Amino acid sequence: MRLADIVARCEALFEDLEFRAVREWKAAHPGAKAIGYMPIYVPREIVHAAGMLPVGLFGGGDQLEVIQGDAYYQSYICRIPRSTLELGLTRRLDCLDGMLFPSICDVIRNLSGMWQILFPDKYVKYFDVPQNYDDAVGGAFYRHELASLRDDLARLAGRPVSDDDLRGSIAAYNENRRAVRDLYAFRAARPWQAPTAEVYLVLRAGCVLPVEEHTRLVRDYLAAAEATPRPKRDNARVVLTGAFCEQPPLALIKSIERAGCYIVDDDFVLVQRWLVEDVPESGDPLDALARAFLHRSTQTSSRYDEKREDKGRTLLAQVKSRGAEGVIFAAPSFCDPALLERPMLQDVLARHGIPYTAFKYAENTGQMAPIREQAGTFADSIKLWTAA
Amino acid sequence: MSTPAGSRATPAAQTTTPKAVVKEDAMWLQKALINRNYHDLATARERGRKIAATFVPGNLNELLMCFDFARSLPETNALQNALRKRSGKLVMEAERDGQSEDVCTYVKADIGMFLQGEVGPTGEPLPRPDVLLLSYTGCFTFMKWFELIRHKFGGETVMLHVPYQADGRIRPAMRDYVVKQLRETVIPALERISGVKFDIDRLREYLKESQKAEEDLVAVLQTAKHRPSPIDGYFGAVYYIGPIFTAFRGTPEATEYYRVLRAEIEARLRAGKGPLTPEGDHPGEKYRLVVEGPPNWTHFRDFWKMFYDEGAVVVASTYSKVGGVYDFGFRHDPARPLESLAEYCLGCYTNLNFAQRIDMICRYMDDYRADGLLVNSIKSCNSFSAGQLLILREVEKRTGRPAAFIESDLVDPRYFSAANIRNRLESYFQMIRQKRLAAGVH
Ligand code: SF4
Ligand code: SF4
Repeated sequence: MRLADIVARCEALFEDLEFRAVREWKAAHPGAKAIGYMPIYVPREIVHAAGMLPVGLFGGGDQLEVIQGDAYYQSYICRIPRSTLELGLTRRLDCLDGMLFPSICDVIRNLSGMWQILFPDKYVKYFDVPQNYDDAVGGAFYRHELASLRDDLARLAGRPVSDDDLRGSIAAYNENRRAVRDLYAFRAARPWQAPTAEVYLVLRAGCVLPVEEHTRLVRDYLAAAEATPRPKRDNARVVLTGAFCEQPPLALIKSIERAGCYIVDDDFVLVQRWLVEDVPESGDPLDALARAFLHRSTQTSSRYDEKREDKGRTLLAQVKSRGAEGVIFAAPSFCDPALLERPMLQDVLARHGIPYTAFKYAENTGQMAPIREQAGTFADSIKLWTAA
Repeated sequence: MSTPAGSRATPAAQTTTPKAVVKEDAMWLQKALINRNYHDLATARERGRKIAATFVPGNLNELLMCFDFARSLPETNALQNALRKRSGKLVMEAERDGQSEDVCTYVKADIGMFLQGEVGPTGEPLPRPDVLLLSYTGCFTFMKWFELIRHKFGGETVMLHVPYQADGRIRPAMRDYVVKQLRETVIPALERISGVKFDIDRLREYLKESQKAEEDLVAVLQTAKHRPSPIDGYFGAVYYIGPIFTAFRGTPEATEYYRVLRAEIEARLRAGKGPLTPEGDHPGEKYRLVVEGPPNWTHFRDFWKMFYDEGAVVVASTYSKVGGVYDFGFRHDPARPLESLAEYCLGCYTNLNFAQRIDMICRYMDDYRADGLLVNSIKSCNSFSAGQLLILREVEKRTGRPAAFIESDLVDPRYFSAANIRNRLESYFQMIRQKRLAAGVH
């Protein structure tokens, strides 16, 4: 497939707030269910093993007019819950048979209860994850949460979800994780060949496509990106962090790149990279998922860092392994997790002599000029710094 | 979230013509308790005692006492500073130091206090804690708060993850998880840090005291079911919950405080008196309200005055349940010490799901015969505030009684607009009057 066609397809999926891809999948699989999930992480393997389509929801973006959703939120609350409600209240999410609200912050936690009240016919689950990383303590609790999700979905599907089903799904997601890891490695090695605005769209396609199809798409994109030479620019290499929940508009990502930054790592659509290694495909599948969560998963601000010295470990590793020269903190306005984490991460970077810049956005931010200017100045200062 | 124990609004302090100040015994007792705790903290180091900080919701005071820790409640420190008009500059100090203007102002007031030289609200030193017992109960921000304190000022964090009551009940797996953490993580860490061996019988003794105090607190809060109510269940209740939500639950002093308080309130009830306000007796109960959400602390007296000047009494509030919901039967249980600590944490108000919060408010509306619901939406607090507009609609729908919405903040004076709040309240009281007229009730 041609690169332009792949990107155009991803863009169409990204822009489609009617979730046609989900509707088409359901039409092609009569009786099968689709389950929505919000950022940051849910074990999609379990949804898949129940024969269902997991659908990632990242708010309404900058194209959705939010009217009803605003009536539920004060001005000082971020935008993603209101645009997500808008999608629900305008019946765009009718194709979903249930929703999972992961434990990321109190806004999404409370949204789970609002959803129960506003959509009483849908399956709604708040998905708690452990903040204790001991196998016998947090692991046992988490395994119980996983089993209860499996049992709920089995009831909804009207059939049991076997360990073999789960192992098969783990294998499918391992394939996907490998493909996404390759995509990140490729972009870090040759960012001019895989601009982040495209990589981002490829990731977002994975929120609505079945995992097998998404894995193929990632592979197709990689092949096409490799085969399409593009000019290499003298850009600064940066890691972008803080954008794990409410998303910046695509135009903002493009603006950063146009301002002279190659984004060589980020925390977009973290669900696809949450587990940093393959999950064992043999043995007890729920144990395997639980252990992967506890010991082989990424670090982000919705999780507890047991020790002071753990803070910023992942960000530092991203900077180092990707050869980044600086970090852009991009956080949604009013986002407690991102904004409370930020000063600690900045301090860690400062101690390691890594330059950074920071700004806030909303999913419907329209003014790109200030951000372009800030990113441009940052890129210039990095170049001066490295030249000196 | 927390309680303003200690810096009570002295009756008659703001009247133009000075009146004799009527202070009841419980007020003096409470003030003495709170000041004593600040003194305890100030002198802990010289007495070789370690200091623990922990949050009000999910506060494991009895457990901390088993290890002889002096106990600091950071939300209480923040609000005490706010009552003394000091929090604004602390918040700004933290913002200058890199904290975002968007995040919870309790966190910033706490950071600001450490940055400004570790002096507590009473002016005595407030040293850095040795252990930050991160009872992660009903609020995401708690986790980042203690990570931030640890990052900037040192100290060890000990996590107690309390799962959310997402489906409106405490499942056995949730309780087992909390108990297991207490046994296998929290207690060993506290033993190591304090050098004191855990003695479960000592814990049982404290829990016995807790039970007694809880019984009396509930009796006090429930006097508001009477007409006129002898207490204000929000502005007054924040003083009543002071000792039990902070460093005193489980102490004989707290038991004594609640015994005296109960006797005093029951005497007011028998005398047919309304609540005591900072300006003396309440001028007469015209409106009975249920309030959802924490109060504003920076203008606490002005805020309260807006209510009693209009004849409004808050008969029940959800905020007075943040450090423990006792009015539906839960008590700490010396026979099941760790299990009941777990259930206590799991049951705190902000750990309840939406349906439970709505049910609780509707029940208060009925049991306390309230005219309506007022939501004070706090900018700082996503845990309370995100979704409150739906709570308001649902309560209105279910009770048929009017609800109103005001906005303020906890300890950041920049977010208190007296004129806006007064206007809202005035139109709200008018709405209640109209409803009564329409119903033929006067
Ligand atoms: S953007 Fe931040 S505050 Fe808002 S829902 Fe997401 S994690 Fe929570
Ligand atoms: S967010 Fe709310 S519950 Fe959490 S610390 Fe701040 S005021 Fe307290």
